[in-house]
Amino acid sequence: MERIYIFKRFERFWHWSQALLIILMMVTGFEIHGTYTLLGYGDASALHTSAAWALIALWVFAIFWHFTTGEWRQYIPTTENLVAMLRYYMSGIFTHAPHPFRLTQLRKHNPLQRLAYLGVKLMINPLIWLSGLAYLYYNEINAVGFGLDLGVVALVHTIGAFLMLAFLVVHVYVITTGHTWSSHLKAMITGWEEIEDPQQGAKS
Amino acid sequence: MTTNRSIRRVPPWRGLMLVFALAGAALAGSGALAAAKASTADHAKFKELQQSFASGPEVTKACLICHTEAAKQVHSTKHWSWEFLNPATDQKLGKKNVINNFCISVPSNYPFCTSCHVGYGWKDANFDFTAEENVDCLVCHDTTGSYRKLPGLAGHPPYQDTEIPPGSGKFAKAVDLTKVAQKVGRTSRDTCGACHFFGGGGDGVKHGDMDSSLAAPDRELDVHMDATGLDFTCGTCHRTSSHDVPGSRYTPVARDTEGAHIPGREDDSLPATCPACHGQAPHKGGGHAAKLNDHTDVVACQTCHIPQIARGGVATKMSWDWSTAGQMGPDGKPMLKKDEAGRVIYDSKKGDFVLGENVAPEYRWFNGEVTYTLLGDKVDKSEGVTRINRLGGSATDGKSLIWPMKVFVGVQPYDPVNRTLVTPHTAGNDDTAYWKNFGWEKAIKTGMQVSGAAFSGQVDFVRTEMSWPITHMVAPKEKAVRCGECHMKGGRLEAVGGVYIPGRDANPLIDLFGWLMAGGALLGALVHGGLRIVRRNG
Repeated sequence: MERIYIFKRFERFWHWSQALLIILMMVTGFEIHGTYTLLGYGDASALHTSAAWALIALWVFAIFWHFTTGEWRQYIPTTENLVAMLRYYMSGIFTHAPHPFRLTQLRKHNPLQRLAYLGVKLMINPLIWLSGLAYLYYNEINAVGFGLDLGVVALVHTIGAFLMLAFLVVHVYVITTGHTWSSHLKAMITGWEEIEDPQQGAKS
Repeated sequence: MTTNRSIRRVPPWRGLMLVFALAGAALAGSGALAAAKASTADHAKFKELQQSFASGPEVTKACLICHTEAAKQVHSTKHWSWEFLNPATDQKLGKKNVINNFCISVPSNYPFCTSCHVGYGWKDANFDFTAEENVDCLVCHDTTGSYRKLPGLAGHPPYQDTEIPPGSGKFAKAVDLTKVAQKVGRTSRDTCGACHFFGGGGDGVKHGDMDSSLAAPDRELDVHMDATGLDFTCGTCHRTSSHDVPGSRYTPVARDTEGAHIPGREDDSLPATCPACHGQAPHKGGGHAAKLNDHTDVVACQTCHIPQIARGGVATKMSWDWSTAGQMGPDGKPMLKKDEAGRVIYDSKKGDFVLGENVAPEYRWFNGEVTYTLLGDKVDKSEGVTRINRLGGSATDGKSLIWPMKVFVGVQPYDPVNRTLVTPHTAGNDDTAYWKNFGWEKAIKTGMQVSGAAFSGQVDFVRTEMSWPITHMVAPKEKAVRCGECHMKGGRLEAVGGVYIPGRDANPLIDLFGWLMAGGALLGALVHGGLRIVRRNG
């Protein structure tokens, strides 16, 4: 079995702190939304806000890291193998067909992952950032002449939250589709990904 | 939502802490406040007061020898005239004119009601409002606690030992006018409270946020008046100049948009509002405190800082049903019924009461405009509830805040033919007074005659409602209303419209789609994963 080092230390730190913060914000956010009562509104709101600032700081570092290391190229969308990937998830995976994508350090995400993560980074994240900051500062924003309606801000923020939740569910499931059920998870913990031996894959 | 100020916000890295410093600055100055109370004059040394006085007006004449302008100043106030022309509505208000759903109305009951007048001798409509000696200095400036005006004496204290009520065997001692006059001083919670704690005919009856427990409250009951702490008197906030006390219930300031009034900086005025001292950003610090400050353009300070009314152990009346009055006891005499706590819940003279302690207020948009249903205004019983006072306000007028209210419900007599409220003659030792004769027609006929209003002779009862904006009994910050008590479905502000409240409001369609999407993703993952497990060895 082959192993390659694909997730560097900062990347793993970024991923897991982000995961923790996003889950924390999901839990507190849906409490603020009125879905359930857990911590109490005041504490949920304070924790949500603090986590938001922590996440923003983390994202600033992550964006800096992506550009200085050139890792941002990992998210450039491609159509190469896209259909093959879709076909694999829909049928090949059930028949133990070989994985159509072979990851390397320069191409660590399959074309579907690239699209999904790009969508998160370019659509869901900005939606949540901007509506969240507007939520925090709507008094000040309106004081300088904008006519923001808190209901609309909250609505956009809620849409962002649901999109993030759906992403999270799919993301957590799809990490089980590596060489083994846990090889993707191990990679994000240790940095090393087990990959399919090409000969072995051809045999099955 | 709009705001007219901007608050600097520190990124709340420390936002987990509840930083909330409403009274911090005031606490630091409490020692200085206590020291400032000694007067430069000892009234016992004044020759003018070293005599025996036969009546209140004689004392007043002595006061006026030095305080030459005092009576004239009092004459120009509502405390004296019981009359107020609301410039916004042109309504003629004041105690003399309004009708409420407690003891209903003043005219025809003067000698009893005017035991709370700052004057002597107002027993009927012929009272001389220009006589300076008719001003009662002592009722506000007594420091002995022995000065007391009795119902039925038209504003006079008892000059002899007086049986009250007549035939009860209980006597009120004659007031020692010389002693009281020689010990006059500043107003206090006791002097203001002698009337204002007992509005509506008894302790705590009317207001809910004012009763005798405020005479010496602890910190929990009133953080400012705390007798062993800040020890504010009424006059600390209702800072009076020339005997004119600011803070009107007829034209209240619902939304004070000014900053704190710092003497020497803007002007020396001190409106009786919270921002007059605390400013527009009362919560100090970033993060959570800044978020609390964001509320001040929507929510009155009182809404969060007065979690319940009637917290001092004195119950307030929540409703009063006059229609059941007049039932006699088994002995054929007027009776009282009491609840298990010994509080009167039925009185043959007055009907049924519902009492409440620790009552959470109701909440409404309020912009300070109050319109009364006055004598002669048409009452429509089919509307269900007649509003004694209608409060202006909305989420969008830019002048309103969400205010706490005691909403007092009454069932009171009205004239179903003329369709007006009526002014019954209740108190008095005569042939028509309701409390002596228990006949509505006679009592209302007399009362309406004194009021100069038409009465058909028919009596029916109408349900009424009166809203009392709540502003006293400010709790310490740690007892303030919690965020989640409003930010929830079915919370304190459930009925308040026109504002998006996170936790209460959500778009049901977005929620439905959102949960379908997330749930669908989960279901897809489960099915997909299930198939993979089934096919694992295939």
